[in-house]
Amino acid sequence: MKKQRFTISVYSENNVGLLNRISGIFLKRHINVESLNVSKSEIENVSKFTIVVNTTEDWTRKIVAQIEKQIEVIKAFYHTDDETIFQESALFKIASHLLFDERQIQNIIKESNSQIVTVSRDFFVLAKTGRRHEIDEMHDQLEPFGIMQFVRSGRIAVTKSEMPITTILEDFYQDK
Amino acid sequence: MRYSCMETVKLKKDQSKKKTGIKITGAEAIIHCLLAEGVDLIYGYPGGAIMPVYDELYKFQDKLTHILTRHEQGATHAAQGYARVTGKVGVAMATSGPGATNLVTGLADAQIDSTPIVCITGQVPRHLLGSDAFQETDIIGISTPVTKWNHQITKAAEIPEVMAKAFYIAKSGRPGPVLIDITKNAQFEEFEFSYEKCTGVRSYKPVPEPSVKAIEAAAELINSAKKPYVVWGQGVILGKAEEALKTLIEKAGIPAAWTIMGESAIPTDHPLNVGMVGMHGNYGPNVLTNECDLLIAIGMRFDDRVTGSLDTYAKQAKVIHFEIDPAEINKNVPVDIAVLGDAKTTLELIIPLINKNSHEDWRKEFDKKYEEEFAQVIEKDLHPTKPGLTMGEVIEEINLASGHEAVMVTDVGQHQMVACRYAKFKHSKSNITSGGLGTMGFALPAAIGAKMGAMDREVVAIIGDGGYQMTIQELGVIFQHNVPVKIVVLNNDHLGMVRQWQELFFESRYASTVMTNPDFVKIAEGYHIEAKRVTERKDLKATVQEMMASKNPYFLEVRVEKEDNVFPMIPSGASVSDIRLK
Repeated sequence: MKKQRFTISVYSENNVGLLNRISGIFLKRHINVESLNVSKSEIENVSKFTIVVNTTEDWTRKIVAQIEKQIEVIKAFYHTDDETIFQESALFKIASHLLFDERQIQNIIKESNSQIVTVSRDFFVLAKTGRRHEIDEMHDQLEPFGIMQFVRSGRIAVTKSEMPITTILEDFYQDK
Repeated sequence: MRYSCMETVKLKKDQSKKKTGIKITGAEAIIHCLLAEGVDLIYGYPGGAIMPVYDELYKFQDKLTHILTRHEQGATHAAQGYARVTGKVGVAMATSGPGATNLVTGLADAQIDSTPIVCITGQVPRHLLGSDAFQETDIIGISTPVTKWNHQITKAAEIPEVMAKAFYIAKSGRPGPVLIDITKNAQFEEFEFSYEKCTGVRSYKPVPEPSVKAIEAAAELINSAKKPYVVWGQGVILGKAEEALKTLIEKAGIPAAWTIMGESAIPTDHPLNVGMVGMHGNYGPNVLTNECDLLIAIGMRFDDRVTGSLDTYAKQAKVIHFEIDPAEINKNVPVDIAVLGDAKTTLELIIPLINKNSHEDWRKEFDKKYEEEFAQVIEKDLHPTKPGLTMGEVIEEINLASGHEAVMVTDVGQHQMVACRYAKFKHSKSNITSGGLGTMGFALPAAIGAKMGAMDREVVAIIGDGGYQMTIQELGVIFQHNVPVKIVVLNNDHLGMVRQWQELFFESRYASTVMTNPDFVKIAEGYHIEAKRVTERKDLKATVQEMMASKNPYFLEVRVEKEDNVFPMIPSGASVSDIRLK
């Protein structure tokens, strides 16, 4: 089976230790996580993990089953890139004088649809949100001028299909 | 007998009532939680960070018996033995640091063999967490991969809810181990105690809803199969589905084999019980896996020791998997129909849809294969003509002396395979072994727990000379509490199973498998346990009978042939069809 990129979405309780438990599932199977993001979700007191892996669908399915088995996980899903809307964010810290010395930088800012977050005497910071290849492209363009610091976030994604967490939780409270 | 579990059971009945409005310490609250969960017996080892709880145990010793094992690992295995024989949750307790890390092997064993235990560990006070304090260790981090759930309590007020959740999670659904780590400040703090049993956790669905569609489809496959074959595992025992399984196979006339974790769910002499699958299982059950047209797996997980090579496992057959844990479906063997749910519920739903059948020709295939195995292996094991004693004949003598009524607790290695192959059982929950993890040292402490959980039954521990020395210190518990277990060490002065592999696959290079052993009889006698050694066949029967008749703990060493091999055998990575008889 061929390897491809999958986005795993995990809805869970917000508990200390769950991140360790979930990352252990990847560790046990020697699978590298490409990116991982944890945030609140659309439901109050429910956290959402967004994990990107590059592996076979068979492995992804098994991992998702193991994740879902964890007591504090409400539900886990996996999707292909086609099935999700996803973005990453990046910050570039660049020396301020370049903004005036290198005209090309201004073009890059305009063409990449990035924003200047702050400007100081010594440096300015560019923020870019988009697909990985767009951020990579911008990085490649800026690199020759010198990047003082660079950071990119993990992928965040929403799915085209529904993820019926509310129904699962409602069913639980109805059964009680 | 100094220890009497039965008496303490009666004392705790009224303890499950809710207590409200009384301020007590966290340590006392832990005791009330245990009593409310029906716990009357725990195993453990005290130490600095758990001392407040031990102080309460002292005050509550009329209601809650604490057994001091000689090592924390022994406490976990004893709790496992107790859980496996009773179906209740076993409890072990330890201090922080090394006390906690010594629980890890037992937790891992309980995790892979789905055994409900709750382990309670003390932890350094909250303000010292992360400071590398004396006996501080991150037991939550360490135990995460080997627990079904774990949690650290840092405030006394969290104790009731977390403890209730711990017991609920350990025993519900697919059972497993839970570890609760409690900082010392939380044990000292006072709070208003009230207890409510946990009835559900919103993010956890212990038992999936059975699908009527899947059950109907499975019934159709079973009804149309010409050569259906059941392989059951421990799920049948954990799900209390023994009767349902028996009804199903009797109605449909399906031969049924077991994994070692499922052994004893159906009596050994039941005509449809065709024996053991797996690496050292019976010949027919392995070979015919690759000849059946329908494989019905019930409460088992297709472990590699059961399947051999997956590429050649039951490829010709349709597969139905009755399973409580959705993560097991299609994990190792792709299935045609997954019937999710607990085994009792789903089997009871499918039985009315099953047509009566007898499959006589198909069943004869198993008989034929058994005859072959009997001639080439079993006869020589059970009725040897060579001078050296075999492990098989010892097990057979125990069968004869126990009338198939005993609980058998085995360790890991050759003796385990031989015991599982030849032990005969009448009752479920009678074969206690370390299946998935293969933990040497399991049997002696597990036998203590099993005996305390089933005081009315004989408990015989069968152990090799290697594994015995891994937890031999638990003889101290047997002596101190006069736990009347029967301990049989099958001594071949080798780590027999590894030696067998070295002989077969490493050209007899016996790297570190030869053991110079101490005088085991003297050691047992040092603990004031009656002890005998058998070196010749003529003494075996009478000594085994004497052991089984004893009302006290009894140690029996049998000097068996040093270089015997266990057959049949599926070489590692080979197909079930390639099982070797010699």
